[in-house]
Amino acid sequence: MGNAFEGFWAVLVKESLHLSRDSVALVLALGVPLIQMSILGWAIDTNVRQVSTVVLNEDGRRQSRELIQRFENSDTFRVVSYATNDAELHDAVRSGRARVAIKIPVDFADRLSKDRTATVLILIDGSDSSVAGQAITVSTAIGLDESLRRVLGPRQVLPVEIRPQLLFNPDSRSPNFFLPGLLAVLLLSVTTFLTAFSIVREKENGTLEQLFITPVRPLGLLLGKIVPYLALGFVELCALLIAMRWVFGVPIHGSTVLLLVLSIPYLFVAIAFGTFISTRVSSQAQAMQMAFLTFIPSIFFSGYIFPRDTMPAFCYWLSYLVPATYYINITRGIILRGAAFQHVAVDGAILVSMGLGLLLLAARQFQRKVIA
Amino acid sequence: MAGECAIQTENLTRRFGDFTAVDGVDLRIEKQDVFGFLGPNGSGKTTVIKMITGLLPASEGRAWVEGYDIEEDPDAVRARIGYMSQKFSLYNDLTVMENLEFYGRVYGLKRERLRSRIDAAVQLNHLQPFLSRPAGKLSGGWKQRLALSCAMLHEPRVMFLDEPTAGIDPVARRELWDLIFQLSSEGITFFVTTHYMDEAERCNRLAYIYNSVVIARGTPEQLRSLPEANPRGAKRIEFRTSEISRALHELRHIPEMRDATAFGQTVHALVDDSFDLKEIEHCLSSRGIDAADIREIAPSLEDVFVELTNLRRRELEGNNGQRV
Repeated sequence: MGNAFEGFWAVLVKESLHLSRDSVALVLALGVPLIQMSILGWAIDTNVRQVSTVVLNEDGRRQSRELIQRFENSDTFRVVSYATNDAELHDAVRSGRARVAIKIPVDFADRLSKDRTATVLILIDGSDSSVAGQAITVSTAIGLDESLRRVLGPRQVLPVEIRPQLLFNPDSRSPNFFLPGLLAVLLLSVTTFLTAFSIVREKENGTLEQLFITPVRPLGLLLGKIVPYLALGFVELCALLIAMRWVFGVPIHGSTVLLLVLSIPYLFVAIAFGTFISTRVSSQAQAMQMAFLTFIPSIFFSGYIFPRDTMPAFCYWLSYLVPATYYINITRGIILRGAAFQHVAVDGAILVSMGLGLLLLAARQFQRKVIA
Repeated sequence: MAGECAIQTENLTRRFGDFTAVDGVDLRIEKQDVFGFLGPNGSGKTTVIKMITGLLPASEGRAWVEGYDIEEDPDAVRARIGYMSQKFSLYNDLTVMENLEFYGRVYGLKRERLRSRIDAAVQLNHLQPFLSRPAGKLSGGWKQRLALSCAMLHEPRVMFLDEPTAGIDPVARRELWDLIFQLSSEGITFFVTTHYMDEAERCNRLAYIYNSVVIARGTPEQLRSLPEANPRGAKRIEFRTSEISRALHELRHIPEMRDATAFGQTVHALVDDSFDLKEIEHCLSSRGIDAADIREIAPSLEDVFVELTNLRRRELEGNNGQRV
């Protein structure tokens, strides 16, 4: 007795039994993240392609038809219908049937042949920022390209040519962008969420009170509860990585071992946080709500969806408190950029210290708040 | 300093904000006693247990178990006590055996010792047929046996049972009490809270807590002979009748009757000493009540606690009246 970890093994064995008994919860906990990954991996394409487009071609001659062809060849636009007047054109955009409207005026070919500027009107639905941005960029580029070709004539070469090269994800595949960050969010459901119930459940059953009369120490109790969930989280991580690698074909450029090792502190933080929640709340319903409260910042402040650099200062500072921020640095770094240990060591160290801090906080919470 | 006794408390007090849940409780419980702690709901019984077992720090006062101070040496106290709460504190999804193993391990029992202690508990409580059944699927009586087994694996010297028989069938209740006396004869001290008067009668020492204060203590005989329970110039009688409710109604009109209550087919009444049994019989039959077996009786513990509670309540009301 007198050992700060007293009771660790007993609690570990018991907690593993609880997990193995509740097979429905176990299957859900392991299966749901995989299903979510599948849905997001297949459905979400961040590349804007095949934007529905309506065309009003008042000119109708060869040059105007060639221009429309160029728009279609860009792969960004897909002509879904032709309008016969302005009202129809506007109506198509307002109703949402088309996101982009192209209007070629009646004198388009005439102006071209007289070396005057021929104007083409592009109306873009601004309600979706990524579609709008892409439509502006591509349509402007098509216009410039057309102009250059007419100015230069057939034999001359371009004086300057920009050749952008997309590193780490040359084909600009969406799963490559999405899935490494998604890992951080999906792992929360087998870690923070499950453990948020673990202690408050015993509080509700009265078994926690019984444990306080035994020689069990807070650290022994907490760690005994944490370790089985850590194992569960690790299994889930492996399943998600396998699905990411072999189902969605996202290559892991760095060391898989390093990725697995650095995932442990993240799992630990997420579980320690769930445990901490569990020591504070007084019912399982409260635990659920508190756990959910952590879900949103993990998605929005971690840089998973919105780049952290463009966040307002307050959110930017807040993002330093979100463990997922560091883990996303690690997963994107190792999986996409092939980062080595020295590139992600700081993120790993921060996660380790967060985990230990939360564990001690939860243990202290326990020691002080003896149940009334 | 606490000498030879099993449990001792000195001015044990607990406040929650402005509310004093337990006020200056002094107890002294000898080894091998079966000590009954009685009182209405919310009177502070569970809070006293929590302070003695170290679940709740006392606001004031001290408590010793087998001579060890709970605040100075909580580990020594924990090693010597077992606690069975009202909720039985079992893991419903674990089997009977798994519950036993868990609590045994938590108390640091290992291998052979764990086995032999579990075997002994299983035998003592006849748990053999249920070992692989989930605890949640046991009936109340068996849950209570399992909870008691779990709480005693580490061979505690002092057992705290908080309302151990609430919601348990009568047979299981009697078996539990038989077990308590068997274990007490083997040297274990029991601290039991209960609402049941028949259980109180079985204890060899009692204390009664009302409104955070212990207002009486002693053996059942001592309590029964308390002057407060036997009002001067009055005696308790009992008679059988076929019409209980009409009898109670009629008794209220007899001036010498101070109090009357129904007990199954009998009526217990408190009457003036001057009124002898013959007169009572006459008085009852003149009112058309068939009273049989009229006899004088000693107050029951329930009578004692009712009297004490009423006295105390009047005292408190009197105090409040003065303050206002």
